[in-house]
Amino acid sequence: MIAWDGPAGRVLPVVTAPAPVLSAVGAEVDPCSPEIVQLAADLVATMRVSPGCVGLAAPQVGVGAQVFCVDVTGHPKASTTHGVFVLCNAKVIEASRWKAGREGCMSVPDLTGDVKRAGRVVVSATLPGSGEPVTVTTDAFEARALQHEIDHCAGKLFLDRVAGAHAVYQRKVYL
Amino acid sequence: MHELAITVIGPDRPGIVADVSEALAAVGANLTDSTMTRLRGHFTMTLICTGPSPAEAEAAIGTLSGVVTQVRQVSPETYASSGEPYVVSVHGADRLGIVAAVTRVVAAAGGNITDLSTRLAGTLYVLVAEIDLPPAAADELAEQLAVAGAELGVEVTLRRAEPEIL
Repeated sequence: MIAWDGPAGRVLPVVTAPAPVLSAVGAEVDPCSPEIVQLAADLVATMRVSPGCVGLAAPQVGVGAQVFCVDVTGHPKASTTHGVFVLCNAKVIEASRWKAGREGCMSVPDLTGDVKRAGRVVVSATLPGSGEPVTVTTDAFEARALQHEIDHCAGKLFLDRVAGAHAVYQRKVYL
Repeated sequence: MHELAITVIGPDRPGIVADVSEALAAVGANLTDSTMTRLRGHFTMTLICTGPSPAEAEAAIGTLSGVVTQVRQVSPETYASSGEPYVVSVHGADRLGIVAAVTRVVAAAGGNITDLSTRLAGTLYVLVAEIDLPPAAADELAEQLAVAGAELGVEVTLRRAEPEIL
């Protein structure tokens, strides 16, 4: 089980580009340290209060660290889901079934872009608190979310991966 | 502070974007939104910038050789496009009036085209447009596009382009 089961967190403000922290490579962390467990809890708390948010990485709350949370439960494009979880020091170790899709980001609120992502990934990471190593195999929307968050931890935004000069769009104002 | 709309068109060559943008930077023009592309070998650039007066901008880029430029003062954006994002794709044998017919159908459905490009490759004509549609207008528009496509002898698809916010 990789489901998050930690202390209550604080809701932190989400930083937006061009904040330098979003473009810096996050530090590897000690997943057992109390600060990282608190950070994990804060990420989950912040994700939960943000409408439509399915993942949040530490750089998005101003912390340059390789920690992120994901929760795609109930999303129409999700297939495999692992509920709410937090990963530290995550790396993609296998990626296949590449597919283009349009994505946006809470840290780039006014733009979206077409980005190719693997439709199936295997990710290795450690869990906050226990420090237990885990391997997460997933697909579809959860795979896209994992790649997006792992990119944040590496100082990359979807803007670094857009498919071409005409693949960045103004985010629409919904009626 | 002036807001200017500038167009630059000419035969494409390496360095043309650098020449235009350098000349504009030299008179303090800050480029905001711009699009630059090659259309059948012609370099085309349309941009909005803020800073210099129209006369200053004209003087800066008017001396560039081999290009046609136009500078016009505009007012800041007042119409914010809204609605649900869709993409229209059209492809088929080239003939007169494809863009006119397809975009008229989109307009009649209350759709606003926010980006559009066309390419002619041999006899194949391709149109791709980004449009914003009023809520619940898509199904009817898809039917009307199918009718227009059949009349034109081209394939038309309408698909949702909603981004996933991560």
